[in-house]
Amino acid sequence: MPAVPELEAAIEVAQKDIEAGTSLWRDAFHRLAKNKLAMAGAVFLALLFLACFVLPFCGIQSYETTDMSLGPTLPSAKHWFGTDVLGRDLFSRVLFGGRISLSVGIAATVVSLIIGVLYGAISGYFGGKLDMVMMRIVDILYALPYTIFVILLMVLFNRSILLLFLVIGAVEWLNMARIVRGQVMALRKQEFIEAAVALGLRKRRIILRHMIPNTLGIVVVYATLTVPGIMLLEAFLSFLGFGVQPPMSSWGTLIDEGAKRMEEYPWLLLFPALFFSATLFSLNFLGDGLRDALDVRASKD
Amino acid sequence: MFSYIAKRLLQSIPVLFIIATLTFFMVRLAPGKPFDGERNMSPEVRKQLMAYYGFDKPLWEQYVIHMKQLLKGDFGMSQKYTNRRVNDVIKETFPVSCKIGLLALAFAMVFGLIAGIIASLRPNSMSDYVPMSLAMAGICLPTFVLGPLLVLVFAIKLHWFNSSGWFVPGDCVLPAMTLGGFYAAYIARLSRGGMLEILGQDFIRTARAKGASPKRVIFKHACKGGLLPIVSFLGPTIAGLLTGSFVVEKIFQLPGIGQFFVTSATNRDCSMTEGLVIFFAVLIIGLNLLADVILVLLNPKLRFE
Repeated sequence: MPAVPELEAAIEVAQKDIEAGTSLWRDAFHRLAKNKLAMAGAVFLALLFLACFVLPFCGIQSYETTDMSLGPTLPSAKHWFGTDVLGRDLFSRVLFGGRISLSVGIAATVVSLIIGVLYGAISGYFGGKLDMVMMRIVDILYALPYTIFVILLMVLFNRSILLLFLVIGAVEWLNMARIVRGQVMALRKQEFIEAAVALGLRKRRIILRHMIPNTLGIVVVYATLTVPGIMLLEAFLSFLGFGVQPPMSSWGTLIDEGAKRMEEYPWLLLFPALFFSATLFSLNFLGDGLRDALDVRASKD
Repeated sequence: MFSYIAKRLLQSIPVLFIIATLTFFMVRLAPGKPFDGERNMSPEVRKQLMAYYGFDKPLWEQYVIHMKQLLKGDFGMSQKYTNRRVNDVIKETFPVSCKIGLLALAFAMVFGLIAGIIASLRPNSMSDYVPMSLAMAGICLPTFVLGPLLVLVFAIKLHWFNSSGWFVPGDCVLPAMTLGGFYAAYIARLSRGGMLEILGQDFIRTARAKGASPKRVIFKHACKGGLLPIVSFLGPTIAGLLTGSFVVEKIFQLPGIGQFFVTSATNRDCSMTEGLVIFFAVLIIGLNLLADVILVLLNPKLRFE
């Protein structure tokens, strides 16, 4: 189609006029797009995801292949990030490690989301005695030194990666529950909920279809900020030796291995540390950006 | 105030009870028994040892004995380190962890506050961007990355400090910086935010109009309210410093309490694990209470709740 720039621009303007208003999400997206740091973070994360989840299937060297004759070498054209003590290609190890770290971060966040959102919504919607009991339970759980419990659980029950997801997810839902509860309590007094009640909808439907979708904004923001927290916890555990077991490796284990050898082969520490920190950076910036974009109160000033 | 403290103390009793119970059953019911690591142990000796430490009794009886001991503040004998009481291990190793923790806290407070206040005085200038970018870096560099990097630069390349060990006073510099780095960064961000909010308020303008010197406006008028967010951050900071010291002790090979906690769980050293978990729980709950009390003392708004 021959492109006529003026015409297209005119059509665009016309279309914009037709559009009566913009939805919250579109608005938020526009605000987010203006935030350069947040967008840079989003782009980095997208590239990282592609690299970690797609590249390993495109025939790069496996993370397990050892080459004892090679040993540790500096970065070169064949091994972009060099090789480790067993001659394994560090580039593919970093990518595979990223896959585990990101998976743990996301899976555990999803677990914490499901528990936290449902718990908070129920507690906030019903209020009264039930709310008091449920929140007291959260308060008690809050006071537990949970990092210590996570370590204990990981040591006592054989370090399975599934358990790692569950355990981390199960301790990270507390904040989410509190936030969602607050939101739901505020929503409960609004007219559209009253209308839904007047229509005779069941409580389950009101909570699932009317309450929870309206809390999604803040949930998305908080989830983006939970992922780095969980990745940190996973790396912390792996660094102490309780995370994933060799030959698999997450960024935490790679950093641990690198730290042991940094005197002779500093690149073994630098590359995984660089990737890990850059990911945390991006997630934090994206989370901050999303908060500014979605939280209308904060963006008014 | 007293009723508040009393209420909080009462609340912490069920929490501690739950922690003690949970830990007890988790440790006892987990796969693996004490002395599994000792390969050359005849069944008779093992049986003797199990009886000596009371592992042959039914579980509920063990539980009752354990709880009674705890009430007396006795954590029992270690099963791994023969003839050593858990209390003694805590007494020997905790001062090291405590010292690193306090130094890290001091480091975080001093550098975080200075950076935050400087940044808040001229927002969106170089004196704001430089400390705040550093703070962002500090937040994104976890202790186990920062620690090895500091060792690489200051110990191995520059030879300013020892890379590990606990012998001369200089040995605590790198661990404290590693542990405190994240909190310094966080405090910097919090204090910048808090100060910016306060500095924009009317009473600051009034103070300036009345001719108070900039120094007086900042330190006398603005700091009081602007630094409140930091006080509420103290509780999580303390808990974080305690668990964070596990990593720092591993990086710098320090004789602190963290190593004992980590190895005791691997060794199935029941009394040691249970004792240390309770010890940490009491510490964290107590320090959290302290932080909250300070917060209430400083913020009159909260006093009525």
